[in-house]
Amino acid sequence: MIELYLFLIFMLIAAIIATEIKDLLAAVISLGAVGFAVAIMFILVQAPDLAIVQIVVEVLTVVIFVAVILRTTHIDETIGKKLKGTQILSIVLYAFFTILFLIVVFRSFQELPEFGNATMKVASEYIKLGLPQTGGTNIVADVILDFRALDTLGEATVLFTSVIGVVALMRKVGRKK
Amino acid sequence: MRGMSLIVKTITNITVGFMFIYGLYIILHGHLTPGGGFAGGVIVAGAFVLKILAFGSERSAEKKSATRASIFESIGGLLFIGIAMSALLVAGTFFLNFLPKGTPFHLLSAGIIPFCNIAISIKVGAGLFSIFLALGAMKYIMED
Repeated sequence: MIELYLFLIFMLIAAIIATEIKDLLAAVISLGAVGFAVAIMFILVQAPDLAIVQIVVEVLTVVIFVAVILRTTHIDETIGKKLKGTQILSIVLYAFFTILFLIVVFRSFQELPEFGNATMKVASEYIKLGLPQTGGTNIVADVILDFRALDTLGEATVLFTSVIGVVALMRKVGRKK
Repeated sequence: MRGMSLIVKTITNITVGFMFIYGLYIILHGHLTPGGGFAGGVIVAGAFVLKILAFGSERSAEKKSATRASIFESIGGLLFIGIAMSALLVAGTFFLNFLPKGTPFHLLSAGIIPFCNIAISIKVGAGLFSIFLALGAMKYIMED
């Protein structure tokens, strides 16, 4: 349990650095550190497939951000030129949201099973109740279209959005000659 | 898009029907055997893509079928949400499996799962096909 808290505090520090540092390249790298800490936490709570997805997405985002920064500018001009009042306000807000976040996290970590118990409990229920409750013999279809149909709706929405994006990028209307 | 050689056209003529039927089989038996709407929709879209790649198509026809594919994709998405909403209206819960379960291993069983599979297959197949058409049309823009 303690290692989860350590990673959370590490993530908070990295996120604050990412928003406050002047060098954009360093900010992107600290943002990547946040994502990789999330990946390690996924491994610690035994969700390796989510961890793999998280690592892939994180690597892609960091690479894209670095590519953009290398082509544009390195320095964020807006940081460090703030008024004194807003600086104090931002520090107070950082502290407030950090404490709020840690309280919420502490409450939710109480729900985690004790060390030594099985973390994965839902899979056995799916296998037990799949056929009697849905009537479908393909257990994967039972899970994605009955137990977790809302998840599939979200997945279909992602696909829809990506199709709209591709069609909008590739169309001829609005393209400069 | 330009067509390909006579060999490719002949082989495509033989295989494309089987691909289409196999895709429909995967979709309709999604609740009984491995597969389902996502995989079957991709196979059906693959049959269409193979046909266009082998025989080629006119620019205007491509534009028309891209519009049609977008319409079908929206229909698939609306069907999927419609099933969920009808469950909400009939039984009071979003995505509740409100239809009778039937006997296992029969084609008409498992309540709403086969209908969800059909809706998702329309959506995925049409979406993939419209992405293919959009990427094919980009070549023309580069050549222009």
